[in-house]
Amino acid sequence: MAGKLRIHVNGRAHDVTSAPDTPLLYVLMNELQLQGPRFGCGLAQCGSCSVLLDGAEIRSCVTPVSAVKGKQVTTLEGLPAWYAKQKRLAKAPALHPVQQAIIEEQAVQCGYCFNGMIVQAAYLLSQNPQPNDAQIRESMNGHLCRCGSYPRVIKAIKRASQAMSAATEARVEEEALLSSVQAGMAR
Amino acid sequence: MSSATLKAAKTPRARGDVVRETSGKFSAIDRRDFLKAGGALVIGFSMRGLVGSAAHAAAAQGPFGAIPGPDPKAIDTWLAIHGDNTATVYIGYVELGQGSTTSLLQISAEELDLDMSQVSTVRLDTNLTPNQGGTYSSSSIARGSPAIRTAAAEARQALLQMAAMKLGVPVGSLEVSKGVVSSKINDKTVTYGQLIGDKRFNLKFTGTAPLKPVADYKLVGTSPTRNDIPDKVSGKYVYLQHVRLPGMLHGRVVRPRGQGAYGAGAKVATLDESSIAHIAGARVVRKGDFVGVVAENEWDAVRAARDLKITWDMPATLPGSDHLYEAMRAETTNDHVVLQRGDVDAVLGGAAHAASGKYHAPYQMHACFGPNGSVADVTKDSALVICSTQDVYATRNTVAGVLGMPPDKVRVQYYEGSGTYGHSCYDDVAQAGAILSQLAGRPVRLQFMRWDEHGWDNYGPAHVGEVRAAADAIGKIVAYEYHGWHHNWCAVETSAQLALGTPAAEWRLGAAQQVNPSDCGGMYDIANVRLVNHQVPGLKYLKGAWLRSPLDLSFSFASEQTIDELARRAGVDAYEFRRRNITNERWRGVLDAAAKAANWQARPPAANVSSAKIVSGRGIGLGTHLTSYGGAVAELEVNRETGQVRVTHMYGAIDAGLAVNPAFIENQISGQLVQTVSRMLLEEVTFNTTNVTSLDWNSYPILRFEECPEVTAFCVQRTDQRSTGAGEEVMAAAAGAIACAFFDATGVHMTVFPLTPERVLAALRAS
Repeated sequence: MAGKLRIHVNGRAHDVTSAPDTPLLYVLMNELQLQGPRFGCGLAQCGSCSVLLDGAEIRSCVTPVSAVKGKQVTTLEGLPAWYAKQKRLAKAPALHPVQQAIIEEQAVQCGYCFNGMIVQAAYLLSQNPQPNDAQIRESMNGHLCRCGSYPRVIKAIKRASQAMSAATEARVEEEALLSSVQAGMAR
Repeated sequence: MSSATLKAAKTPRARGDVVRETSGKFSAIDRRDFLKAGGALVIGFSMRGLVGSAAHAAAAQGPFGAIPGPDPKAIDTWLAIHGDNTATVYIGYVELGQGSTTSLLQISAEELDLDMSQVSTVRLDTNLTPNQGGTYSSSSIARGSPAIRTAAAEARQALLQMAAMKLGVPVGSLEVSKGVVSSKINDKTVTYGQLIGDKRFNLKFTGTAPLKPVADYKLVGTSPTRNDIPDKVSGKYVYLQHVRLPGMLHGRVVRPRGQGAYGAGAKVATLDESSIAHIAGARVVRKGDFVGVVAENEWDAVRAARDLKITWDMPATLPGSDHLYEAMRAETTNDHVVLQRGDVDAVLGGAAHAASGKYHAPYQMHACFGPNGSVADVTKDSALVICSTQDVYATRNTVAGVLGMPPDKVRVQYYEGSGTYGHSCYDDVAQAGAILSQLAGRPVRLQFMRWDEHGWDNYGPAHVGEVRAAADAIGKIVAYEYHGWHHNWCAVETSAQLALGTPAAEWRLGAAQQVNPSDCGGMYDIANVRLVNHQVPGLKYLKGAWLRSPLDLSFSFASEQTIDELARRAGVDAYEFRRRNITNERWRGVLDAAAKAANWQARPPAANVSSAKIVSGRGIGLGTHLTSYGGAVAELEVNRETGQVRVTHMYGAIDAGLAVNPAFIENQISGQLVQTVSRMLLEEVTFNTTNVTSLDWNSYPILRFEECPEVTAFCVQRTDQRSTGAGEEVMAAAAGAIACAFFDATGVHMTVFPLTPERVLAALRAS
């Protein structure tokens, strides 16, 4: 093996031994032992293997591991911390709001596709915090589900969107309060 | 994590049971230890699905290692009470994402007077869980619950007797809440855990204990949430595809891209093993025409399977999907009258209104979202095979067959994969994994590639239906005749065919493989009926098996359009026409529920009042599989210029008797409605004369977000009726409703599905 390749996944550096042309998915599954990204088609058609690369959704089944060098990979497992960083939260929540909303909507049937569903939905909400129905459908259209969970996934994304904006408002109020207190103290 | 999560969540070590050595091997243990460990030791890993490679050898020495599995006549087979006042229930039905495991735990907790946080279960395993038959025909609750309910009631009775002794009071004075037994006579209490914690009942299961009256139910009929969902969204849930064994190789099968005729199989013509010499560590394993590759590294196995130079002899004997229906119709068939009542011929000729049609339905596939896989460890005298089967015991027998091993030397363990929706490749992949491990002399993890799963599935068989029906002047259906052509299901898997040369064979004809009287006019009161099954010789066609709601969508597509045509000719609204012809209150119940949900109002046919480019229509349909009652309404739009059909809203109602968990049933209905839209608008297995050409999601598209309708699901609660299936029984109704909605919108009957733009344009032009 000619030299190790260093990749960054969920905020940590990993030296991997796989050949550079190995699809990222196999490295995440077999070397890093992650269970979020999973094999679905190997053809970038279904979204089962989705991860975020520097915050944008990609298909890890067709992305050579060498292509992620120097970039940040975020998997399902890393979404709560990624979200916390994005929202400047002091502590990562146990679950990303999309994950929480999916539990609340009981949207899952077999659940195998939900890695991709959650990763894509988290990406969507990071770009468009309050998507309408058509925008959700358009953004999610590249993710397939055999069980027919789409209607509940749409509901869950709307629910997550509401939860996130409520959290953001609370944080903004808190920060405003904090800065006014600080300003008061400075005077 | 929910407290009622599968026992995987409870670490055995926390209970003081060392269950896995660092080598990944288990010490010798019997099922009693499994009980004490909450049954968790077979999944004694933290994040990974690491399973002890010698587990099968060890546990086979346990008391339940022999065929046919744990003794169904012992209470201890069905449940165990632990010292912490919790119970493990041993369930013989697999969780497939439908929530039935939670439902069966609700039933157990109800009879035991425990709450949901006190009950859990273990994964299916031929060495651990009882043989309740396969998890198909939506039977988990219908067939699974009686034994579990009765065993729980009997265990409770035994526990009360122990409590009476302990507390020195009569049994009649005792009450139980959350596993705490108290007496009305004195203030003493004792818990189940204190009475028997982690000890055997050692009682014969007689099935005679009185059951709790339905009126006293506190848990059954309510909707606690699924216990698997938190781990499924966090990434902690261990799917089959995550399971790894120490020292294992990665395997792939090498087959022609797309199966040919079932009876012909595939023969290796040339194989050049040196063609993968550039992939160090990968090698070819072969048995007969079964070819695979194994490698230490998964990507090497994928590359080796891709790069291996191999050619196949495959005869060009298939009719091709473009000529399928003519070919089926021209076959010499094995005919069987399913139902004969009255005199159809005499009445058909003279009735006021008559309708007839010839309808065609394609092969469709399970199309598991995550392709099937297996992990196998085959040694000289024993085998462990981990897979996503619907029936661990049936799979054990077929794996034993391909390995040439007695079934009691084979242990099959279930891990959930992606939704299978019938007999997908799970048996084939279990056999293939076992063969690879046997040939390689190492544990092997086999993952089917997308083209393996799409191309070598056991497809839901194609169907030709010819219907004639008649109604009298006041809109009463007086005669109904259905002739159905299709072939049977495969009885031999591809791996056995290729490796051993086992000749292809079909199932014996059963109820689910022939014209279904419940779908074909059975909901209506018709005096003169004839149903004829024409069994097509299957070995000339594709490999078939049960696909969710087998054949029912095809029957309903033909039958409900015929009923609608009669209604149209009689000048009666489609819903009203059906009401007039139904006396069965349960069929009426789902019909009314679906119509009410959709706010159905009688109106003239949409096609008669609109000639716009995009026309809207709505349709109503009834159907089922073998039990339960399904009703549906579809609303859709047809673009007359492009032929595009867009289903906008689906309404579905089910009467499945006592609904143990109505919310799960509503989720099932919702999924059924969406999947039915997919199957009616998009799904068709294509093939040429040599092999299948539907090999990925582009060549076999399924419904996407942008095409997904709104759904409204309604579960009719019938506490006075026994529970029946709810996993597939709305699909036929939905298929009929979609076809009838198209008819409403356009005035044209589609005679073949899926309703692709090309077909729709051709049908509109021909009208």
